[in-house]
Amino acid sequence: MQIAWGKAANSNQPNRVAITGLGIIACCGIGSEDFWNGLLAKPPQGIRVVPNFDPLLWFNPKEARRVDRFSQFNVAAAQMAIEDSGGTDSLNSDPTKVGVIMGAGVGGLDTLEKQIIQMYEGGDRKVSPFLVPMMMANAGCANISMRFGFHGPSESIVTACASGTHAIGNAARLIASGRCDVVIAGASEAPMTQVGKAAFANMTALSTIGISRPFDKDRDGFMLGEGAGVLILEEMNRAQERGASIYAEVLGAASTADAYHITAPAPDGHGAANCMELALADAQLKPQEIAHINAHGTSTPLNDKAEADAINKVFGTPGPPVTSIKGITGHSAGSAGAIEAVAAVLTIRKKLIPPTAGLESQDPEIHIDVVKAAPRAWEPGPILSNSFGFGGHNGCIIIAPPK
Amino acid sequence: MNQEEAFETFKSCAVEVLQVTPEQVVKDARFADDLDADSLDLVELVMALEENFNITVDESELEGVETVGQAFDLVIGKVG
Repeated sequence: MQIAWGKAANSNQPNRVAITGLGIIACCGIGSEDFWNGLLAKPPQGIRVVPNFDPLLWFNPKEARRVDRFSQFNVAAAQMAIEDSGGTDSLNSDPTKVGVIMGAGVGGLDTLEKQIIQMYEGGDRKVSPFLVPMMMANAGCANISMRFGFHGPSESIVTACASGTHAIGNAARLIASGRCDVVIAGASEAPMTQVGKAAFANMTALSTIGISRPFDKDRDGFMLGEGAGVLILEEMNRAQERGASIYAEVLGAASTADAYHITAPAPDGHGAANCMELALADAQLKPQEIAHINAHGTSTPLNDKAEADAINKVFGTPGPPVTSIKGITGHSAGSAGAIEAVAAVLTIRKKLIPPTAGLESQDPEIHIDVVKAAPRAWEPGPILSNSFGFGGHNGCIIIAPPK
Repeated sequence: MNQEEAFETFKSCAVEVLQVTPEQVVKDARFADDLDADSLDLVELVMALEENFNITVDESELEGVETVGQAFDLVIGKVG
């Protein structure tokens, strides 16, 4: 079995992975500029739904009826990223070497919920023939491959709230190994249906007071969010040769499991710490070389403490400046890591770390350097982005400014 | 319901499910070529017709049905 292809096999060196396009749909903004401005603004009130999303900007009316909201987000964000990177033709010179790797925690929950109601109200015959292709977790990447004619690997990653980060990590490895020239990577989620909201609430994951306040002493859970983030990953030489704008480089990625509990993180954060250490090793970096950490920072009591402890374990106390954008975005489950990867790339582009919104009084048990109240200048250097999913799935990626 | 009324009902189902214009739904129109409808679209259309005409159409009855006219004849045959 091959582990490397083409240039990567011949030189025995992995290919470098450039980021050459961004697409983003979040509650605080659609498109990079609006999203970034949203990250620096006051948190939205109430639920973190994407306001004013019009699928007809990306789909004809018939397509829009056949594609669940989570896939609509995914295709729209992918189209934005592809256009940002120069368009389909500039990426698709060899379609068999263009992949699509997308994360999703659930898939088309809205479609499933509505069709179950249809069935109970009207019988089996009322269930839409489009239920399966609309709800399947791979519908996002399938619709992207079809729309743009990409024939490389098209696969979904399902690791709950770590899905987006794992998708980008796995996609980067397809470039590093030489299997793909280009991978459209990211994640999408639209979990805010009635049953979705009730389920997260009843497992006591949601804030009862309706405030996302990562690392705060009074944090009591997250605000459910939705949206999609997509990055164009491209082999570095290819990107340079075609004159693409190179926003950043993926230096490393890692994936580990807590093997501890289906929803709670391991108390001392050892699974998360292992994952961060592995990502550093993958990127061939020392802990002190990391300039900033974009935290998972969900605003739940257990996650934030375990993540902070893990950061201290790997980076010392307090370690590099940390932010969680979930004070603004809420927690968009499977797509969180992809949305945060876009935020990390924008931090590089804007040279600014957005503050952790909602944080008023840092938990005295949390000993990390949280960026709060106002944005802080980013000292140029690699950024670590963390994601941890129910099931004990840990994902880390390291994104660096282009050299 | 006379034939004309029945065809208007048929047409509104097709417009809704297939997202085509009413002008496209003529008896000669072919589902695949003229209305861009695949097999799943037809299943959904049949479900809408069953509801609106209060009939039942078996999958096997759809074999060989390629045009709006053929589908309409099938429906009208059941409405009586």
